Amino acid sequence: MMVAFIALFRRDLALAARIGGGTGVGLVFFLMLVTLMPFAVGPDMALLARIGPAILWIAALLATLIGLDRLFQADDEDGSLDLLRMSPLPLPLIVLAKGLAHWISTGLPLALAAPFLGLLLALEPKALLAVTGTLLVGTPALTFIGAIGAALTAGMRRGGLILSVLVMPLMVPVLIFGISATSAALGGTIPFMTPFSILMALVLFALVSGTAVASLALQNAEG
Amino acid sequence: MRLVIDGLTSIRSGRPVFSGLGLRVEQGEALTILGPNGAGKSSLLRIIAGLLPPSSGTVSLEGVEADTPIAEEAHYLGHRDALKPALSPLETLIFWQAMLGRTLIAPMEALERVGLARAAHLPSAYLSAGQRRRLALARLLVVHRPLWLLDEPTAALDVASEAMFTALVVEHLASGGMAMVATHGPLAFPSRSLTLGAKP
Repeated sequence: MMVAFIALFRRDLALAARIGGGTGVGLVFFLMLVTLMPFAVGPDMALLARIGPAILWIAALLATLIGLDRLFQADDEDGSLDLLRMSPLPLPLIVLAKGLAHWISTGLPLALAAPFLGLLLALEPKALLAVTGTLLVGTPALTFIGAIGAALTAGMRRGGLILSVLVMPLMVPVLIFGISATSAALGGTIPFMTPFSILMALVLFALVSGTAVASLALQNAEG
Repeated sequence: MRLVIDGLTSIRSGRPVFSGLGLRVEQGEALTILGPNGAGKSSLLRIIAGLLPPSSGTVSLEGVEADTPIAEEAHYLGHRDALKPALSPLETLIFWQAMLGRTLIAPMEALERVGLARAAHLPSAYLSAGQRRRLALARLLVVHRPLWLLDEPTAALDVASEAMFTALVVEHLASGGMAMVATHGPLAFPSRSLTLGAKP
């Protein structure tokens, strides 16, 4: 079973790294969004530095949404999903393997790119560190919440829009606590660990419930 | 080992596709499923594979450990080849072998059997429709599963490949396997046949 889990995880990573993978698209979108921000807001360094972490978080959330629709749709279209469902690996673990591979190929690059893009927003070193840290911890929650939407829209040809509308509200708590943890790290009245603990709890909750709900959705895809 | 189907009924979007279907497939036996388009050939195979819930009735496999679902004893070859354009045939087979478990023969050996050894390292995107079908057939060889559920397996195959396919099925049956083949054309191996009729 472990062999199958690793095989699926590695296949998805290999597919993401080759032509047609989603890593580049998300990153470029993230870059564009953040680069446009200083032009829109104007050259007010103090203002940029203040809203910078929020901009990075919103941009990362939107960039995560971009590649999500292909998470299960690609396997559904070419018939791979049928065969995956006939493997001895339980469906929740299939979702987990695919979700982890998807996070490593889309969410993780976003978090790692954040400190460089933060420079464009005049963030201080401490803020760069805080926003990168919270993104590293928080983006898995975005991926696994998104997996629910991806599973529900796997059979739809143009499911991307419905997926975004479905999962966006569920991602709001992650956004709130991601940003409040970042601001708490930069000083303020709330201790850092309070929002950060809630963020971590949200991640664990998303990991478990996202995996379970997405596999239920895939199970009942045909009826 | 034998496949037992009792009182199987499938209702798709309010329309009964077939009802009260009962049949047995014994070890070493092939069953051809015939019938016009829309008669339920594909639905029947998908229900047996566990991919589609039946409206009523049971499908069971006698002579295997009770807790193994049929899905894990069966190979399903549908209309779609389940190939990734970015992976090479060799990578594809290595993946499915690890994913589906119970190794039968080595991936390279399987590619030689279906005549794709020379394309083993090319991305699958470069394969022709017939070659893709042969690669999908090679998947049946790398993993041991006694029941083969094949949905129009010879589509896109040329005469030589069809002979190769016949040899593979005959060999599978001789080793105690079972096969159910939905088809329109005649098949070159002995089999019982089941004809599903399209309801008006």
